[in-house]
Amino acid sequence: MKEYTLKLSGLEPLIVTPESNFINVGERTNVTGSAKFLKLIKEGDYDGALSVARDQVEGGAQIIDVNMDEGMLDGAEAMTKFLNLIASEPDISRVPVMIDSSKWHIIEAGLKVVQGKCVVNSISLKAGEEEFIQQAKLIKRYGAAVIVMAFDEVGQADSYERRIEICERAYRILVEKVKFYPGDIIFDPNIFPVGTGMEEHRKNALDFFRATKWIRTNLPGAHVSGGVSNVSFSFRGNNAVREAMHSAFLYHAIKEGMDMGIVNPAMLEVYDDIPKELLERVEDVLLDRREDATERLLEFAETVKQKGKVEVLNEEWRNGTVESRLSHALVKGIVDFIDADTEEARQKLPKPLDVIEGPLMAGMNVVGDLFGAGKMFLPQVVKSARVMKKAVAYLMPYMDEEKRKQTEALSKSLPKGETLGEEEYGYETADTALYPLLKEFVLQNRNNPTDAEEILWNILKGKKLDGYKFRRQQIIGRFIADFVCLKKKLVIELDGKIHQLPDNIESDKQRTEWLEGMGYKVIRFDNDRIFADIDNALNEILICLKSLSDVESEVIPLGEDLGGACKILMATVKGDVHDIGKNIVGVVMACNNFEIIDMGVMVPTDKILAKAIEEKVDVIGLSGLITPSLDEMVGVAKEMERLGMKIPLLIGGATTSRVHTAVKIDPHYSGSVVHVIDASKSVPVVQSLISKEFGEAYHKKLKEDYSQYREDYKNRKRDKNFVSLEKARSTKVGVDVANIVKPAFTGTKVFEDYPLEDLRSYIDWTPFFATWELAGRYPKILDDAIIGSEAKKLFDDANKMLDEVISKKLLTAKAVVGFWQANSVSDDVVIDSNGVENTFHFLRQQSEKADGQHYNCLADFVAAKETGVSDYMGGFAVTAGIGIEPLVEAYEKDHDDYHSIMIKAIADRLAEAFAERMHELVRKEYWGYASNENLSSEDLIKEEYQGIRPAPGYPACPDHTEKRTLFNLLDAENKIGLHLTENFAMYPAAAVSEAK
Amino acid sequence: MNITDILKERILVLDGAMGTMIQRHKLEEEDFRTEALKNHPHPLKGNNDLLSLSRPDIIKDIHAQYYAAGADIAETNTFSGTTIAQADYHLEHLVYELNFQSAKIAREVADEFTAREPNKPRFVAGSMGPTNRTASLSPDVNDPGYRAVTYDQLVTAYKEQARALIDGGADLLLVETIFDTLNAKAALFAIEEVFDEIGKRYPIMVSGTITDASGRTLSGQTTEAFLISVSHIPLLSVGLNCALGASALRPYLQVLSHNSNFMVSAHPNAGLPNEMGAYDESPEYMAQQIEEFLKEGLINIIGGCCGTTPPHIKAIAEVAAKYKPRKLSVSSQ
Repeated sequence: MKEYTLKLSGLEPLIVTPESNFINVGERTNVTGSAKFLKLIKEGDYDGALSVARDQVEGGAQIIDVNMDEGMLDGAEAMTKFLNLIASEPDISRVPVMIDSSKWHIIEAGLKVVQGKCVVNSISLKAGEEEFIQQAKLIKRYGAAVIVMAFDEVGQADSYERRIEICERAYRILVEKVKFYPGDIIFDPNIFPVGTGMEEHRKNALDFFRATKWIRTNLPGAHVSGGVSNVSFSFRGNNAVREAMHSAFLYHAIKEGMDMGIVNPAMLEVYDDIPKELLERVEDVLLDRREDATERLLEFAETVKQKGKVEVLNEEWRNGTVESRLSHALVKGIVDFIDADTEEARQKLPKPLDVIEGPLMAGMNVVGDLFGAGKMFLPQVVKSARVMKKAVAYLMPYMDEEKRKQTEALSKSLPKGETLGEEEYGYETADTALYPLLKEFVLQNRNNPTDAEEILWNILKGKKLDGYKFRRQQIIGRFIADFVCLKKKLVIELDGKIHQLPDNIESDKQRTEWLEGMGYKVIRFDNDRIFADIDNALNEILICLKSLSDVESEVIPLGEDLGGACKILMATVKGDVHDIGKNIVGVVMACNNFEIIDMGVMVPTDKILAKAIEEKVDVIGLSGLITPSLDEMVGVAKEMERLGMKIPLLIGGATTSRVHTAVKIDPHYSGSVVHVIDASKSVPVVQSLISKEFGEAYHKKLKEDYSQYREDYKNRKRDKNFVSLEKARSTKVGVDVANIVKPAFTGTKVFEDYPLEDLRSYIDWTPFFATWELAGRYPKILDDAIIGSEAKKLFDDANKMLDEVISKKLLTAKAVVGFWQANSVSDDVVIDSNGVENTFHFLRQQSEKADGQHYNCLADFVAAKETGVSDYMGGFAVTAGIGIEPLVEAYEKDHDDYHSIMIKAIADRLAEAFAERMHELVRKEYWGYASNENLSSEDLIKEEYQGIRPAPGYPACPDHTEKRTLFNLLDAENKIGLHLTENFAMYPAAAVSEAK
Repeated sequence: MNITDILKERILVLDGAMGTMIQRHKLEEEDFRTEALKNHPHPLKGNNDLLSLSRPDIIKDIHAQYYAAGADIAETNTFSGTTIAQADYHLEHLVYELNFQSAKIAREVADEFTAREPNKPRFVAGSMGPTNRTASLSPDVNDPGYRAVTYDQLVTAYKEQARALIDGGADLLLVETIFDTLNAKAALFAIEEVFDEIGKRYPIMVSGTITDASGRTLSGQTTEAFLISVSHIPLLSVGLNCALGASALRPYLQVLSHNSNFMVSAHPNAGLPNEMGAYDESPEYMAQQIEEFLKEGLINIIGGCCGTTPPHIKAIAEVAAKYKPRKLSVSSQ
């Protein structure tokens, strides 16, 4: 079927696509609907009338309806004048106009003064086909879309059948006789009141929904609109009920295909927030679900009214936590308390930024989810954005202050290097405050080198000295080093010159101390020595370089190339107005000393790129919330490629995704393209991207990663569907209680010092090679053409160490194993350990399977409590890591990373082997349900045995917190010295805990 | 051969500036006066459209130079040929004749060239300028609701012009240099009425003007909004001309190319005027700029506006011959 798109325009385009969800038409510039607007027009207060229009556009109206139908007005003149005035107000006329009148001459007057493509509201078959055709032809010639009322010669359509009859007839005439573009046809199938008490009104809403669906299905291209407030006409004076009715009405109408409507955003409740009881009664009425629906709603409406429940509800939310209050304010768009709540959150959290990244973002995520689910509408989202902006604005001064304080603290304390650790602040950021001044000096120094400096630089530059890279006049912290080799952290100073700011001269000693505190080696030469004995000096430098080990990560002092702080250009792409996410990223980046150039919203590609080139930015960040923005971003990437740009491109915003970035954007640009999930991720990403030393490697890695994501996407399975938990549970299969075997003992048993030599044959070596990033299966890997020889070496070294470990008893393997009476209760397993109950919580499979398949849960493998039969569950924890610390420490002290990693890897393998062995013992002896088992170690690796040993944190039981229950049952901490960290990691690391 | 069919095969070339060529003749007041206007009480110098009556030799020669340079389409010398624009010279009564004669002159030259090169038929586009008034902007800053011209006045004026151009032999109509979309909508409305009256349709080209680097028309619309606002009429092409040089036009042509189901045209200026008011992009430079977007497949019809001359058109035509025309997308409207 051909696709038709409704395209409208003011100064800017408005394109109605299936993704637009719902086009919200502002209704307040209507003299028949707004007493205030009528008064303004009657009194000739057009400035006042314009501000009504402006408020609507700012409030989120995507089209503004203008109606001048009033007996005492010259409608055509008022329409002309008001539309002419709107044309001079770009912030109003950017949206299309809906010319609303029941009189043709007023409509035509409007059509003659609007340059964009507007909507005529409305024409109908009321006066017959001839007039209808004539008006439609003219509308087409003027270049407008049209709303057609479901009205004909007989009267207004008031049933489902009449609605579709009239709409179909009008559609045929328009498309076939007038050749009207189908996408420009909008039907208004009449929204009539419900809950009036009159029998014939009962199906008013339902008929509208059904007619909407019919139109959208049977009249290709046509749209459906309507005036929503009519539906609640009989509940005037009771806004709580009316708001709920409007929202519920829209929810259902939009589902059926209504894609445009006249709505007062102030009279709209969030669908999800309608109290359940009220919603049920409202929907009973709208959907005509029960005989007494109207009575029940009226009854309820009375209670809402009498108790003044609206007010009570309004205040109730103030009693919540500050986080819930902020979230509520964002969802509801309430600005009244935002400053106070933001202040409270600021005091509660460590940093002002935490308020943004914490509760405020959490609230915005709720808004995003509701919007995405069609449960909030654009005007409400715009209100939410306003609240967010206000909160951020409130926090800005605090964030600036924070930044200033950090810089100040840093500049005061850094020379001594005492109070601020590098980890905490990173000195890359330390010198930005002084940077402009220092830069001047560097420039001066570089341009006027002393003779000695010039001689030395000529030798050092271009990696001429044995391949070591030197920089000259490098800013480090608040000092300027004459020469530095960052890879070795070696500073060379030539004496005979003042290096620092004149008003802040530190003694050489102090400077050296500070630099050494930062891990630099400082050597200095007199100028004379350079002149007299350069060879000797170079020798000394070389010896120094060779004695220093490479720095693991070279810290790049800011401004290494005199380029200034890293500049990031940010823009919301053309056609998109959403900038909250982008602003937050901007705030976060600015807090991390990046220079942000924010071009705002709706920025066309050429503007973005021209600015990027003009400002020589280091990174471009694009943001967008709506789906068409994704295509815009693709366009930007293509254009960057065409222009031969190289700088990294960051992609962010609600609809963006790593997959989209990888599949649609990355292939078009040879520079780096990164999808950034949130503000906090953007900082490390950008730091890596712009790093002179690692940037290239990072770029390569990104390209590889994104190519992999593309590959994964191609191979992806279809999206998963999930069944309900109830349905999943209904497929549960019970345990055959006849086969239950009683373990040899209940309670726990401890192995204090299990012989390591017994474990050796249980080692699975394949993961050991993976640890060393050698991919391949053992033992085939030892014969691999490429990595075979390295694997062999590694394997020999490992066995040598293993020999030593075993013979010298360097490591101790301990285990605790336990069995308990257990029964399942739904998805849980309840353990009875000496009368004390412990419960394991397991998850049940819910991704949709073929009919007749079971949705399993670990609990299903334990007899259910209802069977009345006691079943058992076992668990164990093992470690082979006792005694590893002194070994690792010794290796590390000796800078022997190889052996330090090796011992850890071996301990890991021994722990896994121990688990394998323990499981075997359990099967054959302690539980003994498979006493005749006889499996090879290969079979064990392939898990050919009966029974399972799921480990908490792995797929069958993904929840790490279950480890705590298991540990308690086993008393593993006391019995074998195995601890759990706060995040449920086991220590020593070489450990396994599993349950059966 | 039908112009629509030819456009599927190759990029067509529109001619260059008329005004720039006329300026070279250093014409005086008497050059603008026909026998009948000898005693016209108002100065007429500068009313270039009038030259079609007073100095048809000059206009004919210019058309011939452009066709010879490789132009497929020449624009009639009627940029200001409406009662509204001619009111400045008090020549409203001559509007029909002016348009008729202009079209006739161009027709004659076109036919000569077509006879010589039947495989490269030459076309005449009846040029319909924006008039010197705007329907959606007020000239009075103190009265933003005021309008110096109404829609109805524009429709009346454009109807007369369109009818005369067709009667004089134009193959198609070109509504151009649109700085206010409402004016263009009135022109299109008028043209449709003329088509209804004569019972025949002619191809229509529409060309807007982006006035500055804001990317908007003078009346404030973005390129895409402009496109949407004129798409209700079946057009041969929609495009952009004047105001900007070729390279500055590119992003907006991309918007048109991406969103339009009509052909896309461009006739940029030879750069921006220098401080002396002259345009100084050389033919080679301009052709090089234009080649960028021909390469990208953005264009179906290419030509020149202010500052361009036959050598410019020659250079452009040579470049245009190397590339395939833009393909019409088959997406929705």
